[in-house]
Amino acid sequence: MTANILLIHPRDNVAVALRDLAPGEEATGSGVTGFKIRNQIPVSHKVALRDLAAGEEIIKYGEVVAVTTQPIQKGEWVHTHNLESKRWRK
Amino acid sequence: MTGITGYPRKNGTFGIRNHVLVLPTVSCVNGVIQRISREVPEAVCVPHAYGCGRGGPRDLQILFRMLSGMVHHPNVGAVVLIGLGCEVSNTKNLSALIQNSGKPVEIFNVQECGSLQSAQKGAETAKWLLTEIKTQRRVPISWDRLLVAMECGGSDAMSGVTANPALGAVSDWVVEKGGSVIFGENTEMIGTDHVLGRRAKNEHVAERIAVMIHRAENLAHDIMGDRASLVISPGNMDGGMSTIAEKSMGCIFKGGSTTINQVVDYGEAPSERGLILQDGPGYDGDSMAGLAVSGAQLMFFSTGRGTPAGFPVLPVIKVASNSRIYQAMRDDMDVNAGTLVEGKTLDDLRDEMIRLMTGVINGEKTKAERNGMDVFTCMTVHPPF
Repeated sequence: MTANILLIHPRDNVAVALRDLAPGEEATGSGVTGFKIRNQIPVSHKVALRDLAAGEEIIKYGEVVAVTTQPIQKGEWVHTHNLESKRWRK
Repeated sequence: MTGITGYPRKNGTFGIRNHVLVLPTVSCVNGVIQRISREVPEAVCVPHAYGCGRGGPRDLQILFRMLSGMVHHPNVGAVVLIGLGCEVSNTKNLSALIQNSGKPVEIFNVQECGSLQSAQKGAETAKWLLTEIKTQRRVPISWDRLLVAMECGGSDAMSGVTANPALGAVSDWVVEKGGSVIFGENTEMIGTDHVLGRRAKNEHVAERIAVMIHRAENLAHDIMGDRASLVISPGNMDGGMSTIAEKSMGCIFKGGSTTINQVVDYGEAPSERGLILQDGPGYDGDSMAGLAVSGAQLMFFSTGRGTPAGFPVLPVIKVASNSRIYQAMRDDMDVNAGTLVEGKTLDDLRDEMIRLMTGVINGEKTKAERNGMDVFTCMTVHPPF
């Protein structure tokens, strides 16, 4: 089955949607075990690879790119509604 | 994987092309250069917008570095340098910087005999030099003689997902083989000082990274004012980038994940090996020129919206971030990183790119080379006066 998410770096706790994803879809990708997508996730957006607590660092490209503002479940869409920047807060 | 070859230069570098460069010292003689270009299409003719009209020390430093750097470039085997006579970067001022180039450099000025005779003389000289350097032969070289530039431009939301990670995988491979990789575009490093600083070889390099990014950030605020936050734009956010750090990581990931051994100035040649950062602008043309003049023999260039731009003396390998633009611009794109979305693994794509790079080093032409999509612009700090 063709991968629908991409893990960019082995340390990452989010993966990237390779196409628009719908709730209930099985996530598949190299190095990422199967789990259910929880929300509508647009292509090139992020999906949580494990449950994240509020205030946890989001790791993408193997580096911290943001901090969560609320708990996020595995398979959930990760974007500006549930994280914040460590700089240039708007 | 087969071996790589290059043309040995007297200064110890190796070229992967053996071009005859026809270079004006100043824009006033561009017409002469264009006539030569029509007469001798095999010569690499580089008309440009510089040479006079800017007097500040930084602009002068860049001007002389860029012009002499083009002459010294390892992919250049011989040069026809055509001056006007009264310009700032006249042939007399330049000759001190290029006398040790170790390659044939023929120099003359248009004020000595006019444009038509200069064009004729330039064309004859270029043809003669082309014959002269044809006798030079490639020799086997090792990867540690190579400086590969990584560039991105006309990016889209997939650039940081497909194309730049692919470039990053190639970067790590080149460094592992003992080669060097350079990338610049300091605007696109904003928000990543903590990441790049930690990867610096030592405190001195970390300090230079911090200063460079701080200056880029201040410049963005000086120029754009309140709109500086648009460095991460609503369009970026629609594309799934949530923070400036995330956007910038997608850019700098093209340099891979190895230790940063040096930060060089715009167009400055590195003295270290491995991964090198250049303190240069994000604008594609200016960035490419800085990376080339730093001595890069080859460039990977990722693009999502699609740009055909190449560089006069460098093979530029175009990597499309998505299949749509790869199809739309297939005459311009060498690699389709959009295949990552369609099931290809990053390892397979990386290996495909390494095979392509090996072929290009050994003489296979990139699409931009075949199409003659040369762009030469360079950074300036002040307007002309």
